[in-house]
Amino acid sequence: MKILVTVKRIPDPDESLKFADGGVDYSASKWVPNAFDEYAVETALRLAEVAGSKERLAEVIVMSVCPQGQRQHVTQFLAMGAERGVVVDADDSTLDSITISKLIAEVARREEVDLVVAGKLSQDNEGNQIPQRIAGLLNWPQACFAAEVRREKDAKELTVSREVDDGVEIKKIPLPAVLSVDLRVVLPASVSNGVTAADHRYQEGARLASLRGITMAKRKKVQVHSLEDLGVQNSGSETTRAITPPPARPSGQIVASAEELVEKLKSEAKVL
Amino acid sequence: MSNVLVVLEFADGKLKSSCLPGITCAKQIADTNGGELHFLVLAAEPSPLAQAVAGAGLGATTVHTMASPAFEPFTAEAWADGIVAAVHATNASVVGGTASSSLRDALPRAAALLDAALTSEVTAVGAEAVLTRPISAGRALLEQASSGDVAFFTARGSEFPPTEGGGAAATVSELETAEVSTRGVSVVDIQKTKSTRPALSEADVVVSGGRGMREGDNFKVLEELTDLLGGALGASRAATDAGMVPPDLQVGQTGKIVAPNLYIAVAISGAIQHLAGMKGSKTIVAVNKDEEAPIFQVADYGLVGKWEEELPKILELVKAAKAG
Ligand SMILES: Cc1cc2nc3c(=O)[nH]c(=O)nc-3n(C[C@H](O)[C@H](O)[C@H](O)COP(=O)(O)OP(=O)(O)OC[C@H]3O[C@@H](n4cnc5c(N)ncnc54)[C@H](O)[C@@H]3O)c2cc1C
Repeated sequence: MKILVTVKRIPDPDESLKFADGGVDYSASKWVPNAFDEYAVETALRLAEVAGSKERLAEVIVMSVCPQGQRQHVTQFLAMGAERGVVVDADDSTLDSITISKLIAEVARREEVDLVVAGKLSQDNEGNQIPQRIAGLLNWPQACFAAEVRREKDAKELTVSREVDDGVEIKKIPLPAVLSVDLRVVLPASVSNGVTAADHRYQEGARLASLRGITMAKRKKVQVHSLEDLGVQNSGSETTRAITPPPARPSGQIVASAEELVEKLKSEAKVL
Repeated sequence: MSNVLVVLEFADGKLKSSCLPGITCAKQIADTNGGELHFLVLAAEPSPLAQAVAGAGLGATTVHTMASPAFEPFTAEAWADGIVAAVHATNASVVGGTASSSLRDALPRAAALLDAALTSEVTAVGAEAVLTRPISAGRALLEQASSGDVAFFTARGSEFPPTEGGGAAATVSELETAEVSTRGVSVVDIQKTKSTRPALSEADVVVSGGRGMREGDNFKVLEELTDLLGGALGASRAATDAGMVPPDLQVGQTGKIVAPNLYIAVAISGAIQHLAGMKGSKTIVAVNKDEEAPIFQVADYGLVGKWEEELPKILELVKAAKAG
């Protein structure tokens, strides 16, 4: 089995935004991997590995559309345990969702992967649409917002618990397919592959790279593509008119007691 | 014609009230581009549903229906097929609806099949179809225009008032059923969270607890307050991840986006991802033992203290206030 995981870098979400000229100035930002992509790689690794053994059930490839020389996040994911990388040399901030999805779908086709795993959204752009688009372009089934992923040994399908508005939906999807993962997919028992012992518990969260992983990552293969050689044109369907800070909330007050709080909620805010 | 097509959702034979803000947003888009408002009903037997919606007078001129057993239960695969066929048949130039988990799932897939742009979580409609949406956990607003023959949107439910009925009735028009396929997927089960409380995203009052509640049992005092106020219960990610309450109660960037009249955050620190889901609330109350907690920066009323001591007092006082 081959699994392609989509990953991107984002400006550190803990840094405050610098607004300038109707946009945000990221020139001094620290760039970090998108958290949901860490969860996606963790999901793929849990599907691929047999815990406690060297055996692998799948090859995990990470793919990123990112500017040349800005591939630290790809190296980080290789250090986490992905086998190899595929990058498309392009400034992703200038490409729209249509174009990025086409690039990923094209790589998925060429690599003949069985599964694409993506984070459910990027913390910066919050588009929440790339995985669904990839599935559409490939004409594959999709399971979005996955909180649990189960595969039986050698099965050509996955059983996915998806977080939906009023509960959880359990959906079986035949492979090849596209999966987008939500936060809870990295809880200790959220992913099983039918070979790793059923009572195995992972550490919560995405794994950290080991020292050995970091050394190995430098030797792992990263294939580089361009838009041209993947046959994709920038569709340019989205135009940014402005990026502005949201209106600030008027500052509030600290009340001294529960009595004062309830009194003010009643007479001042008039919400009781 | 720049018609705007809204994809509707139903539960137990009724239009979901969560669709109503998306209709309002669509109407605003139609008003700016001079088009008509149309609805789309995808179901095994859409006629009765469509008749009821047409009669409700929600502002649409036409309610289109497409019938296929593959539309139930919902799958993004079959719905995207239906939406694409409906766009072709109706020549709609804008397609969307409220950003529900289903439309977030199906609309981008349909947009990809039509090579169309999609603007997610729209919070405001400007001139010339420029749509505003929050990015970076609500710390910035992006104003975006899209080009192309068709453009998709999802509207953030908390940012548009629900459309009210009572207008002119719409005509129902049956569309030919396209080739619709679930691509071999099956929905094995839907585990609905049972609750007698109003839906989190539609409630007037939301009471949320965080990690500082320590365990699920301690949420009882919050539930009591919630029910006293006729509200919905919410939680931070830390509380849902710890299993104190079900995951669908999570408020935030990756959970529900709420904007009630009154939001009460108890033992929640106020991480940006949490704020992203509740900053739009009218009045925000925070109870936290740490006076440095960032939640106090967005709170209209902050009370520094332990919930163990303050919540029972608040509960009694609210009871008295309600009685008086
Ligand atoms: C990609 C990503 C997405 C995320 N999405 C979300 C999201 O959608 N929603 C969300 O909520 N979080 C989200 N988070 C997590 C978020 O960053 C925070 O970790 C989380 O909100 C913290 O929850 P908390 O405030 O309950 O816990 P903490 O930050 O641990 O805060 C607990 C608070 O309780 C107070 N406290 C403790 N004991 C008491 C007491 N006895 N009485 C009163 N106060 C007490 C403490 O002073 C503290 O302020 C996301 C994180 C990431 C990385």
